[in-house]
Amino acid sequence: MKKKPKNLAAEKRKDVLKKLKKLGVRLYGQMEKSTFPWIKMPSRSTQNIFYSPEVRQYVLGDKMVRRSSRNIRHIRPLTQLIWAAYFARDLAEQRKTSTLRDVYYSAQAYEVPFKDQPESNSIITDLETVMGFSREDFKVFPEERSAIFGDLTIEYTVPGYEGKRLNLMSHPDGVMIGPALTSAEFVKTSADMVIAIEKGGLFTRFIEEMVHKKFNALLVLTAGQAPRATRHFIHRLNKELDLPVHIFTDGDPWGMHIAMVIISGSANAAHLRELTTPDATWNGVWATDIVDYDLPSDALTQVDIKRLHDLRRDQRYEGDLWRREIKKFLEIKKKAEQEAFSRYGLTYIVDEYLPAKLEMVE
Amino acid sequence: MVETFEQISPADFFYRNRDIAGFTNPTRAIFSSVRELVENALDASDLHGVPPEVYLRISQTDNGGEEGEVYMVRIEDNGSGIPARHIPSAFGQVLFGSKYKLRQARGTFGLGGTMAILYGQITTHKPVYVASSTGTSRTYEYKLIIDIQRNRPIILDRKAHVNKTRWHGTVVEFSLEGDYFRAMPKILEYLKQTAVVTPYANITFVDPKGRLYRFSRVTTDMPQPPEETFPHPYGVDVETIQRLTKITDCRNMLDFMQKHFQRVSERIAHEFLENARISEKKNPRKLKPQEVVRLVRKMKEFKDFLPPRARCLSPLGKDLLKAGILKELKPDFIAVCRRKPSAYSGHPFIVETAIAYGGDIPKVGDIVVHRFANRIPLLYDEASDVTVRVIKSINWRTYKVSPDMPIAILVHLCSTKVPYKTVGKEFIADRPEVRREILNGIREVARRLRRFLTRKEHVERERRRLSVFSKYLPKIAEFSTGLARKEQPPDIEKLLKSVRRFEEKT
Repeated sequence: MKKKPKNLAAEKRKDVLKKLKKLGVRLYGQMEKSTFPWIKMPSRSTQNIFYSPEVRQYVLGDKMVRRSSRNIRHIRPLTQLIWAAYFARDLAEQRKTSTLRDVYYSAQAYEVPFKDQPESNSIITDLETVMGFSREDFKVFPEERSAIFGDLTIEYTVPGYEGKRLNLMSHPDGVMIGPALTSAEFVKTSADMVIAIEKGGLFTRFIEEMVHKKFNALLVLTAGQAPRATRHFIHRLNKELDLPVHIFTDGDPWGMHIAMVIISGSANAAHLRELTTPDATWNGVWATDIVDYDLPSDALTQVDIKRLHDLRRDQRYEGDLWRREIKKFLEIKKKAEQEAFSRYGLTYIVDEYLPAKLEMVE
Repeated sequence: MVETFEQISPADFFYRNRDIAGFTNPTRAIFSSVRELVENALDASDLHGVPPEVYLRISQTDNGGEEGEVYMVRIEDNGSGIPARHIPSAFGQVLFGSKYKLRQARGTFGLGGTMAILYGQITTHKPVYVASSTGTSRTYEYKLIIDIQRNRPIILDRKAHVNKTRWHGTVVEFSLEGDYFRAMPKILEYLKQTAVVTPYANITFVDPKGRLYRFSRVTTDMPQPPEETFPHPYGVDVETIQRLTKITDCRNMLDFMQKHFQRVSERIAHEFLENARISEKKNPRKLKPQEVVRLVRKMKEFKDFLPPRARCLSPLGKDLLKAGILKELKPDFIAVCRRKPSAYSGHPFIVETAIAYGGDIPKVGDIVVHRFANRIPLLYDEASDVTVRVIKSINWRTYKVSPDMPIAILVHLCSTKVPYKTVGKEFIADRPEVRREILNGIREVARRLRRFLTRKEHVERERRRLSVFSKYLPKIAEFSTGLARKEQPPDIEKLLKSVRRFEEKT
């Protein structure tokens, strides 16, 4: 471990509160001067989203949008946005967390109801854009489903658990990556790497087969497309603990993309940083693995093939490995799940495949 | 085998073909009876120039036989009355009446009222009771039955009374078999629509359950009564000419043309006769049959006759139409239009249109259509009517009209000869000249409706706009005050006021 980290969570909270107050003061001042309150923020339209090779993720361009209460079409979303800020301030002050669903319902108490969940979610994304913080920083979390297992000791910062420590090997099912874990400090670890796995079945197999011991690794279950809290957590493991990250997914375009979003992020989160792990690697299942290991496979569907063509045009997929694998998929027109290795026995994937693949990437 | 030929009287003819006159079944029979009698009553008052007072009562007298129940229908009017000597024929002889001249009236053939009585007689075998006075010192009462085979009245009883009050009008009472309760919706709709086009009439109706329906007048102004006119050359047939040549006292064709036809001057008569190659000096009484045929054909071909005069027509007029609609439908908006006189095949006609929005007009998912011909509401066979076809052909979105709006369209066609498709007088045939006038009339009122709807939409939009500002600005103030940790919310009155002032300007 490089250094004992400072209390990052507490500082983040202070920053958030300061910025929220600043927003309020600005709006208040506008109204005192009898101008219709307005705000400016980077545009999130597709024309303003660019891939930046420097930061190795999508970023927003210079285009700004202005939301003014003078405009009949803006006033409602602007009110909702200011309410969301107000709501986030309460959460931060009371050190509580909530979910996107909570936000949707809470708005009704203030008579600024959202017409549906997507509208409410989009206002939260606006708030992220205006403030430059992710919603997790505002303590608004989506439903959690991902988990971590391995020798990492953390220290909680959530109220009631401050100073309390936990080793993430203490529960054989892994520990859920929820609000408490996301805001926890890393204390110490003996691990040398992080292995992220797409599917729960394999995650459990890896724990049973002591992959964390054998490879000295922290195991992260992404449970499909990794939630933002999990992507941020992986980012922290990589940045704060300096651990290399290896990703294992199904061998199809969708699995590939799960890995890519952990590595380079998504266009939807172009307004946010610290969600990506550009140095992470995708270790399998590759299209070439399907051939090399003679894996049981299914034929690619039309949708799969269309998706591969889309990915080929995607800037994030410019690396040699990606190009090669997309080409191979299109060539063999086959896909395989992680579980396909069970054909060679339940432990084959751990005993043979994993070491080979980790070595290959090294 | 010997074929027997017999002549049948008009009464016999209609007795055998009562379907074509609208007496198909007990429901239609009672509806048609009410309709014919109400029309006669209103015509009598119109002719006399007094605002009509019509009293109608239907009472159940008997539980009846298999066909339906027996009702007694009584109708009273304050019209011109019928001279005593004409009473038996007027009610006891089919196709007798005062309506054979060219003048707009509700009824046309003098058929309807007697048809109702005839139907009553054949279903109940009871005589008709008639009382009438033309405002002289006597009133006369008759009890009649019709000799169907000979089309002649048989007088069962006749009385004369002293008429101290100089009452004028007619009372008719007779029995018929019918099904009032199935006909009820149509009868009430008929009376209501009659009230719309006769806003100067008081109509009282007592139904078999003793329920009273009253349609009160809102004005005593009556439409200009129509003038009697001569036929237009385009509108005559061989039979008409034959009859004219028999009664005329003209000695030559030049006079004949000018005297018996409208819009024929000496110059035009001269040109026409030259064109038809008929001598101006010819005695009309001596026209040969083939010459009569040629005359009629040439009349239809000749291009230089002026269009028929409309003075024989009596449209309702914008004010009365408006008054009638306001009275019965109480709409939020109304536009009426009276087209200039026009003609088809030598018959003059005028189209009046109106469109109404809101009020008592029901939202039925489509435009409500009220059709009138010579002030008679037309209730049956709506889909076949030219008005409905015209309305269907219009793209209503152009006029900002959507099907869920409460909109009623009224079209009134008046003519000396309404182009009905059937003797039942239920729908108007699709004549291009008539269709064009109806279309243009509806378009004109629809344009005014569009202006109203646009303004309404604008007001509505501005109201919503203002409510949006006054809803959200205080919220923004509240949340910003909280975020900025201020005690007092900022003053947003100025902002709200500026929105309001903006509204007034636009």
